[in-house]
Amino acid sequence: MRGRALLLGRLAASDLRHHAAQAVLLVVAIASATAVLTLAFALNGVNTNPYQQTMAATKGPDVVAQNGFDPYNGVTSPADLAALEALDHAGGVAAHSGPYPIVGDTGPVGPVMRSTDLVTSVQVEGREPGVAAVDQPEVTDGTWIRPGGVVVERSFAEAANLRLRQAITLNGHPFKVVGFAVTAAFGGFPGTSLIWATEPATRSLATKADPLTYISNLRLSDASPRAVDAFINAHSSGSESSPFFTSWTQVAYGDASFLRTDQAFLFTGTVLLGVLALASVAVLVGGRLAESTRRVGLLKAVGGAPGVVAAAFLTENLFLALVAALAGLLAGWGAAPLISKPEADLVGAPGAPPLTLAMAGVAVGVALVVALASTLVPAIRAARMNTVSALADAPRLPKRRDSLIRLSRKLPVPALIGLRLVARRPRRAILSAASIAVTVMGVVAALAIHAGVEHKLAHLGSSGGLVNPDIPRAEQVLTAITISLITLAALTATFAAMATVLDARRASAVTLALGATPEQVRTGLVMAQVIPALPGAILGLPLGIGLYEVAGRHLYGLPPAGWLAAAVLGTVLVVAALTSVPARIGLRRPVAEMLQTEAG
Amino acid sequence: MNDSPAVLVHAKGLRKDYGSGEGLVRALDMVDLDVNRGEAVAVMGPSGCGKSTLLHMIGGLDRPSAGELSVAGRRVGELSERALAHLRRDEIGFVFQAFHLIDELTAEENVELPALLAGCTPGEARARATALLEQVDLADRARHLPSMLSGGQRQRVAIARALANDPAIVLADEPTGNLDSAAAFEVLGLLEGLHANGLTLVIVTHDERIAATADRLISMRDGAFVDETRLTGGSRGNLGTFADWERLS
Repeated sequence: MRGRALLLGRLAASDLRHHAAQAVLLVVAIASATAVLTLAFALNGVNTNPYQQTMAATKGPDVVAQNGFDPYNGVTSPADLAALEALDHAGGVAAHSGPYPIVGDTGPVGPVMRSTDLVTSVQVEGREPGVAAVDQPEVTDGTWIRPGGVVVERSFAEAANLRLRQAITLNGHPFKVVGFAVTAAFGGFPGTSLIWATEPATRSLATKADPLTYISNLRLSDASPRAVDAFINAHSSGSESSPFFTSWTQVAYGDASFLRTDQAFLFTGTVLLGVLALASVAVLVGGRLAESTRRVGLLKAVGGAPGVVAAAFLTENLFLALVAALAGLLAGWGAAPLISKPEADLVGAPGAPPLTLAMAGVAVGVALVVALASTLVPAIRAARMNTVSALADAPRLPKRRDSLIRLSRKLPVPALIGLRLVARRPRRAILSAASIAVTVMGVVAALAIHAGVEHKLAHLGSSGGLVNPDIPRAEQVLTAITISLITLAALTATFAAMATVLDARRASAVTLALGATPEQVRTGLVMAQVIPALPGAILGLPLGIGLYEVAGRHLYGLPPAGWLAAAVLGTVLVVAALTSVPARIGLRRPVAEMLQTEAG
Repeated sequence: MNDSPAVLVHAKGLRKDYGSGEGLVRALDMVDLDVNRGEAVAVMGPSGCGKSTLLHMIGGLDRPSAGELSVAGRRVGELSERALAHLRRDEIGFVFQAFHLIDELTAEENVELPALLAGCTPGEARARATALLEQVDLADRARHLPSMLSGGQRQRVAIARALANDPAIVLADEPTGNLDSAAAFEVLGLLEGLHANGLTLVIVTHDERIAATADRLISMRDGAFVDETRLTGGSRGNLGTFADWERLS
């Protein structure tokens, strides 16, 4: 048993030394998928730290209560206000601030804010110039409110491109932006477009359509989620005067929405990269089998059972998969801080991303599944290989596809050669098509999301709509994933082309001897990659749009047809350019030499 | 000698080197050769003497290092890769010891391939392949894959393929080297028939029976011609024996 393990180890080590580039690609392919997966998991809970720091800096409330009001006209009655004020002294309340008037929070219409380049509706909360016991917004730039001066919540200020000392109007009343601040009492933009003003100024903004309501900020003696829920349940009577409550857990959940968007993209990216890694590794391992035929024969000739032959293949690739899982784990964990920076509505830095045993287990599991799924077929094929023909290094008999060969007769010579090469190795063609489909899918989804964001930005000035900052951020994540997909697909296409060139050496030499020009054979080898790439790219188009529909939440509009056509054609052209290099290298040798080498 | 229409292959001072410095191997050394239209020339010699290299030069599969070589009036050393390909396609037919049939193509698809490469329509190429397979007595094996054919049958398919574009010359490299006696006899008969019909043949062989069917026998050693014999038997002689011959040098 130990001897067998030693043999397998030696074989794997020697193979790795001789095929270092392929081993590196295999590790990169699997590590990309596990890195993105790790990154997705690593984002779990990283926003807790900034929210807690913001709570501490702003003396944030555990519960925000808003008075009940007439559901038909939004008017607050004295009874509604009394019910809200009664909460200040309710059991479990350790401190409170308010009630503060707020306008623009009871319906779709709010006070209209006009700046130099924006018209939009906002919520305005009236506050005292002094310091509040609970929820005192932390001023990050400028000063706190004063008569004629308003403070803008930081994430809204960034989205609306507001600057300090900028003049704005609220319902036509002139104000100056004197500061930016953050709060833990409200979620940031786009949930709320919050401005703080003095109480008299806020009251002056109330209209019949936008009546005043009031909010109280409550600090509870027990701020645990269970205690907070119990408090809310105890004071929600269901009557019209009953206040509405928002717990700190709800605000924290809303503040982490950008992470959930990122995570959705990352998990989608993991699936795409996983599928691509599967195709890449299968192409690599299949190509390696063709090069290892004689070694398989030798192993069998000296008494290696089929199981040992299969194990020789699996050992090496499972080892590489473990290396890839480790590399992916470290890369994903290391990259987490790059995208876990909190949005502008919070202060503080995210904590170190967690690296748990479960995360490591899932990453290793994914890596092993990819390696096993892509190596199993070549390993079984090696185990079943006839010893005598393996020793003779006889090339694996190509497949024959009657229909494709008949069709190829009607095509120009390069297409004839290309199509026949595709017909020889249909599995490789399917894997190539799949890898291109996945890549184009990612590219199209990234383009569509980009177009959706542009579409929103184009309507910014006229409609007052602002872009959810989650989307450009997620767009960056998707772009990074797409770049990984493109890189991996480019490497896969190159290796698939190399495998095809090696596999078709004899057929190419014979075709040249029969009078095909080197250009025709070279173009034929390129066509052998382009032929599966084209349907793959076309298939990637609807898949990418589908992915956009799922992942590009709240975005509308598709990129121009020209972009989509360019994505498909560009991909095919890149495949052609990439594969022309191995095709050129493969045909450098004189025909006579190739024919003599391949005789037999 | 000159490039008159009667001379199909003309070589003078032909040299082919591989490698350089101390690793230099001279595969062909100052070879002079003329092959007339309709002539059958056999080249014999021990392994590694340069026979196949000579054949590859004539066939435009490789370029000479020095000397003159013209085939069908075209100077091989001066032709571009594309022109060499056209020379192979239009003027030359190859028969290899290892057959070199495309495994996944049937016999008729293998035979029609050169015609398709030359731009014939699929119909023309198929008609030509059918006729050639009949000529080599394999019409009933047209739809068979090479793996379903015997060695002799494969070589006959290869010969049919070599004739697909009606070449000026057929170059055969050990055409019976991988065949048993019976199959070799079939192939021999076929080549003899082609020669009788006026086809120019250059055959590299170890097989004296094949050599005996030629008009001329050239012996090579260490890249050079060491002996040249005109065989008066040629295609009209008895297969498998040297007929009446006269030594030329």
